[in-house]
Amino acid sequence: MNSGKRKLVVVGNGMAGARVVEEILRRAPDAFEIVMFGAEPYGNYNRILLSNVLNGLQSPTEIFMNPLAWYKTNGIRLHAGVRATHIDTKRRVITGTRLRKDAAAYSADAAVEPDTTPIEESYDQVIIATGSRPFVPPMEGFNGPGTFLFRTIDDCSRIADCARECRRATVIGGGLLGLEAARGLITHGVDVTVLEAAPQLMMAQLDPEAGDMLRKAIEAMGIKVMCDTITSKIVRTDGRITHLEFKDGSTMETDMVVVSSGIRPITEIASVSGIAVNKAIVCDDQMRTSDPSIFTVGECAEHRGQLYGLVDPIWQQAEVLADVITGVRPDSSYQGSRLGTKLKVMGVELASMGATRPIDGDEVVLYREPAHGIYKKLIVRNNQIAGAILLGDVESSGTLMQMFLMGTEVPERRADLLFGSPKGVSLLKVADLPDNAQICNCNGVSKRQIADAIQTSGCNSVLKVGACTRAGMGCGSCKTLVAQLLESYLGEVGYDPNEHYYVPGVPLEKSQLVAEIRNRGIKSVSEAFRQLAGGKEDPSSKIGLSSLLKTLWPDEYEDERDARFINDRVHANIQKNGTFSVVPRIYGGVTSASELMRIAEVAVKYQVPMVKLTGGQRIDLLGIKKEDLPNVWKDLGMPSGHAYTKAFRTCKSCVGTDFCRYGVGDSIELAQKIERRFQGIESPHKMKLATAGCPRNCSEAYVKDLGAVAIEGGKWEIYLGGAAGGSVRKGDLLCTVDTHDDVLLYMGRFMQYYREHGKYLERSYGFVERVGIERLRAILVKDSLGICARLDADIQKAVDAYRDPWQEAELPAYSSQFSGPELTHTLEVAENNG
Amino acid sequence: MAKAVPISTINTHNVNLGSIDAIPVGQGRCYIVGSGEVAVFRQRDGRLFAAENRCPHRQGPLAEGLLGDGKIICPLHSHQFRLEDGGGNEADECLQVYGVQEIDGNILLEGTDHSGKFREGQS
Repeated sequence: MNSGKRKLVVVGNGMAGARVVEEILRRAPDAFEIVMFGAEPYGNYNRILLSNVLNGLQSPTEIFMNPLAWYKTNGIRLHAGVRATHIDTKRRVITGTRLRKDAAAYSADAAVEPDTTPIEESYDQVIIATGSRPFVPPMEGFNGPGTFLFRTIDDCSRIADCARECRRATVIGGGLLGLEAARGLITHGVDVTVLEAAPQLMMAQLDPEAGDMLRKAIEAMGIKVMCDTITSKIVRTDGRITHLEFKDGSTMETDMVVVSSGIRPITEIASVSGIAVNKAIVCDDQMRTSDPSIFTVGECAEHRGQLYGLVDPIWQQAEVLADVITGVRPDSSYQGSRLGTKLKVMGVELASMGATRPIDGDEVVLYREPAHGIYKKLIVRNNQIAGAILLGDVESSGTLMQMFLMGTEVPERRADLLFGSPKGVSLLKVADLPDNAQICNCNGVSKRQIADAIQTSGCNSVLKVGACTRAGMGCGSCKTLVAQLLESYLGEVGYDPNEHYYVPGVPLEKSQLVAEIRNRGIKSVSEAFRQLAGGKEDPSSKIGLSSLLKTLWPDEYEDERDARFINDRVHANIQKNGTFSVVPRIYGGVTSASELMRIAEVAVKYQVPMVKLTGGQRIDLLGIKKEDLPNVWKDLGMPSGHAYTKAFRTCKSCVGTDFCRYGVGDSIELAQKIERRFQGIESPHKMKLATAGCPRNCSEAYVKDLGAVAIEGGKWEIYLGGAAGGSVRKGDLLCTVDTHDDVLLYMGRFMQYYREHGKYLERSYGFVERVGIERLRAILVKDSLGICARLDADIQKAVDAYRDPWQEAELPAYSSQFSGPELTHTLEVAENNG
Repeated sequence: MAKAVPISTINTHNVNLGSIDAIPVGQGRCYIVGSGEVAVFRQRDGRLFAAENRCPHRQGPLAEGLLGDGKIICPLHSHQFRLEDGGGNEADECLQVYGVQEIDGNILLEGTDHSGKFREGQS
């Protein structure tokens, strides 16, 4: 007060209370003196993860979101273990009482610590975030020993302690939390039964059919489920629970009871203080209660007659409240939320949003696959999604959820909604996505974080957004989404010269760089740094430069091994534990008994931890020590498959005309010719190829960097720029030719053009799209630039310069090329002396 | 490979790692010192650096990384560190660095504490 700050008292220290404080601090770190009342004696934790604590997956400390130190750091005074009981709105004072340590914090009649004076705090403004308490259906005998609720960390440890002494446990409540409690209990070795009063499980989220499928899945895990069952009495003998009595008169034996039958808002502090309460504490669109100085947020709030118990809507409320109370955006307004949730119930993936049952005039789209536990139901109303249930396969739930939340019009083909669009066209515009939508799935970056980087931190290019948020720095497939976001916020994607430099450490675009290298006759990476970058050896530019130099000077390139990535120094692919994978070349995917025997012998001799068939029709030996690489290669007696480098990788094939009834072209022979000719040819990124003996495409040639497909009449179609990895794209048809030799000619011609003009780390699908298939056809087939003969000659040079890198097993390029860690004997000396 | 010249220590807490020629120019090399792994880096301009060998991110072997301009890039996920002071390009990641120098063609690793022990590598 005397500091000129307003004093804010937050009643409730759960997820909503702590979140709203975080939002306030983010907007106005110094505007408030903040005091919090929390009935639980802890900092704030993630209640969603309680079942993980119950089944021992996580320790209580792991689910804390704001440990006590966070309050200290941010200058927040926390009354932990104190319940606020009354607000004197005239004097502007809040009163609280300290609870006994073992009291259930949410209970309306929680035991108060005796002989303590009430705690008083004056306030300028108040936020009530008291949340909710478990609902206990009326029954006799609850509240004695052996009965539990499932709401707090303390509940988890009490339940776990009791389960150790028990054989049979019963969970009353077949909703989400009840099933989570059951999942937690089975890990304690007790027989678990779930009782549900309604005719099905998860009544709020599922329709009867999906509820029944979920029930089967759960029963398959050994949990008994009884629906339509209402408990009337918990019966004890000598103080121990023996059985339950049901409303229909039947009974069931059990040793303990956990009740998880939904929640009810905690509103006492509001009602005793004269603040309007209906089903919960009533608030307006600014989250203000009937008292203008008092706000509310979370499960205890009622907004336009609606109560919310999911995290997303409550986060939105917290943002609005923070906008309003800090004055950053006083007109910010909460409009209510549509409800959707994606969750995992005992290992069963489930997504549910909006309505679960159709009303008149609704269109219902339904797909079921009972044998695999898959169920998809879509309720379409006014050409928008009014509700959806996905069980077992929830892959399309992200898109559906976003369309549902945004009220997007659905496409004409409803199947696209459940199975994705066959053309791979996104059903959504990224600008329409909600703020919390995850854009970068590798690094978990949300749309909001990217928007902040663009709007607050001034990032105006994809590269800068990546440097700031890591979005697009993983597999890179979200970069187009980032660019779309830049466009929608700034109207354009900024020109960042860095983005156009071939490598970050040499300020030249690729064509300029190539010209400089050719004119100056630069043949090594260190020379390039010396002449073109003022001698500064930027490590992140080394690999790109060495790849380019090797392309430009196939046989004159001065190969400095330090400029290579580790994979290219030792001709194997580094794994997460520092070992390497070895993939010998198997031409066209055709091997022999003797090769297989040698591979097997190597696997035994070097105790190879994993032998894996690859997607490229080869065999991968994983977990090989660097020191063993040369001997492994020698023992294999097979050439390198180059499964570690930016180069021609492999050409797989189907069995073609040799055995297949449908084959119309000899795809195996062609694949082997391709692989023998282009093995190890380096390029801006890897090249994976395939040949198919007919358009049935068994070898996936349509979706390869380069593919050849045999068609009737002995002809071959050549496809460019296909992809079936992080991006999926059907290749574009370059031309149709008559012979194997023609396939080799055009493929080589394209490879050389790509080698010269592709950006470093640009896959063929990006390159073909950037240049355009029309233009590529003109250049490579019609020879519109008159460079075909030169391209053919240059790729021939590269082919001629090829040497199997595994020959370095006999003659290492430098002495420590395959050395492991060096053991020093000197330390003993040092220690003796020390 | 040529083994180091006679093993000796210049003062009580330093460790002689042997000949500088054991490290290829422009690369790093991992040394087991006590029970820990130390990576020593030999830049093309002649500067030497030493640091713990395991990247704080996912324990990638930094000796196999890309070196230049006083920086090392981890081979696993391209996290970057300044070898002068260990500072990383991720805000919360920092690398333990050690003093190192070349004396008479030998690599001399400077001890970090009185016991001459180096930080243990994580496995």
